[in-house]
Amino acid sequence: MNDASLAFHRRIDEALADGALRRALALTTGRLAGGRATAMAALPDAEALRTEARRIRAHTIAHLDRYLDQFTRAAQARGCQVHWAETASDATRIVTGIARENAIALAVKSKSMVTEEIELNAALEQAGVRVVETDLGEFVVQLAADRPSHIIAPIVHLSRGDVARLFQDKLGAREDEVADIPAMTAFARRILRSQFIDAGMGISGVNLAVADTGSLCIVTNEGNGRLTTSLPRLHVAILGLERIVPTAADLAVVLTLLARSATGQAVPVYTNVVTGPRRRGAGPGASPGGEPDGPDELHIVIVDNGRSRLLGGELAEILYCVRCGACLNVCPVYRHIGGHAYGSVYPGPVGSVVTPGLMGLDDWSELAQASSLCGACRDVCPVRIDLPHLLLKLREQAARRELAPLWLRLAMPFFAAIATRPALYQFLGSVAARIARTASDEGWIRRLPGPFAAWSASRDFPAPAPRSFVQQHRANKAGTGAPPS
Amino acid sequence: MTPRPTRVQLFATCLVDRFFPGVGHATVAVLERHGLQVDVPPDQTCCGQPAFNAGFVEDAAAMARHTIDVLSQSAAPVVVPSGSCADMIVTHYPALLADDPVYGERARALAARTFELSQFLVDVLDVIPASAPAGPSLAYHASCHGLRGLGLREQPRRLLRAVTGGRCTDLPDAETCCGFGGLFAVKMGPVSGAMLQSKIEAIEASGTEVVVATDVSCLMHIGGGLHRRGSGVCTRHIAEILAGAPHE
Repeated sequence: MNDASLAFHRRIDEALADGALRRALALTTGRLAGGRATAMAALPDAEALRTEARRIRAHTIAHLDRYLDQFTRAAQARGCQVHWAETASDATRIVTGIARENAIALAVKSKSMVTEEIELNAALEQAGVRVVETDLGEFVVQLAADRPSHIIAPIVHLSRGDVARLFQDKLGAREDEVADIPAMTAFARRILRSQFIDAGMGISGVNLAVADTGSLCIVTNEGNGRLTTSLPRLHVAILGLERIVPTAADLAVVLTLLARSATGQAVPVYTNVVTGPRRRGAGPGASPGGEPDGPDELHIVIVDNGRSRLLGGELAEILYCVRCGACLNVCPVYRHIGGHAYGSVYPGPVGSVVTPGLMGLDDWSELAQASSLCGACRDVCPVRIDLPHLLLKLREQAARRELAPLWLRLAMPFFAAIATRPALYQFLGSVAARIARTASDEGWIRRLPGPFAAWSASRDFPAPAPRSFVQQHRANKAGTGAPPS
Repeated sequence: MTPRPTRVQLFATCLVDRFFPGVGHATVAVLERHGLQVDVPPDQTCCGQPAFNAGFVEDAAAMARHTIDVLSQSAAPVVVPSGSCADMIVTHYPALLADDPVYGERARALAARTFELSQFLVDVLDVIPASAPAGPSLAYHASCHGLRGLGLREQPRRLLRAVTGGRCTDLPDAETCCGFGGLFAVKMGPVSGAMLQSKIEAIEASGTEVVVATDVSCLMHIGGGLHRRGSGVCTRHIAEILAGAPHE
């Protein structure tokens, strides 16, 4: 096992030892998963809608070149400037370049996982741009110099008290300003309002882009996305290259499932569809009289960063993902260890596929082992991604590249060789049973050897039967056996 | 619906074979009670799921081909007292061997006549067992692969409700994984242990005396956790509950 894998196991142990974290996780994931179940049950035909959403996403990904091209041309026709970033550093260079050209000192940002992925904030700060996260959860994350631990609920790992202390320590909040959640929200809102007004640049992610109109759909629950994309003079939207739907009608299908899957809401509080920068009263594409507000410039940075490598491959299905986070909330592993343990921007079942998919298997192969393959994630995915299947594909790739533990690489071919030789299998089974029974006490073994000690650390193991079922049954049929045990 | 068979093959699974032979005998008893002749092909071993789930597909395919050979000597339906191993044969064999010119077709044919026990009893035989006299309280845990791979929702519950006269209810969070996951329990021991802990808390909160499931794998895990804790709650496979029931 390499250092990265060992570090993953260490983070898991730390998370499991953190009682406060586990209580917070149980509470929030339970609430979100329950909300999703209720909201989906309220749809007349949720299953058909999931099938349709999957069809839309599968079709788009299969023809992604065409739709990206269409989107780019449509967005340019509406006055957007479209940039292509092959890598994370290309993307951050483009954004810092735009900031520098426009002498930006302050940027406000709405919540975006792809900007976490490309580590945009650090790059901007280094370029002398102060960045303020305006999603309340991300605002707290930034204040704590922390990382989000959930795709849609970034501070699921923090309690109300944690946030109150942070507001007092870092922002000098008074006792009454952190008395309860509404007070803390109002406090953060007051701080953020002036930032929106002062910022020269607004940075957003994109939930889904519409190819035929060149539009960007951005959903938020706090209205900060709307302010970020309309108040500052510049809007820079960072778009993962797979987050496209062909038409507005397709957008409607996916959006119907997105908020329900994410938070259990029928619709997000704010659903923004942005098509181009502010239109002036003259020039091509101008509406009569122009628009009174909106950014003067809209830059769209389309980020690849490893995504196009997945196209056409056995993990391509993960590109259907619309980042609702539903799979996290139902994953029993995520529910026990939380997001930080994964060590990646994208945690949970989806993260265990996305992360090695984008970053390579060498340092991330162990993530795919962090699943009992229970399939709960597949049951809730709005676009029906077969996550267990993709995790199995990653395990297969890891095994081929000898990234699996040595004992498994020795044990599996050995076991297969025995299991295809029935007489040897029964003989060795009986020998092993005899040995194991000497180590057992009243039918149970309390300590197992080697890697299996991980089992007996928290549970007993049954002693094998002296004679197997097949042996007993054969003896019974022959009329010579002892009665069934 | 499949015509009512007179003969079935029992694929006991490696865990039943070596650790829970009583479940094998109970399965035979239940099937014989419904007038079926039960063959136990003696060359059966392991379906290959441990290797498959660990990503060792060639080793898994070797075991799959062996199992297909063993279970294709007769055209009789195959009954498996495990949702997980049945799911391996039904769902994963055809995919695993899709490109195999010989075994691809045989895998699909085997998949089409392979059933988990409760699925076979309800969907093929349309059994409604008679109700047993009073006994301990039972709570059902829905094993993941049967539930989500084979869609076993109603079949085991219907049988258990009938045979216990309503004494069997769902565990709280009955459909949450117990943390077994095969080698997951070894490779990710601490997380698996935490999942088991939640399951045991749910069992204790339910006040049940017996935990029932369709898979001995989950029961081995849950039972191992209960035993370590010194709990008095015991685990039973659905075949054992059905075998203990009176003849209808």
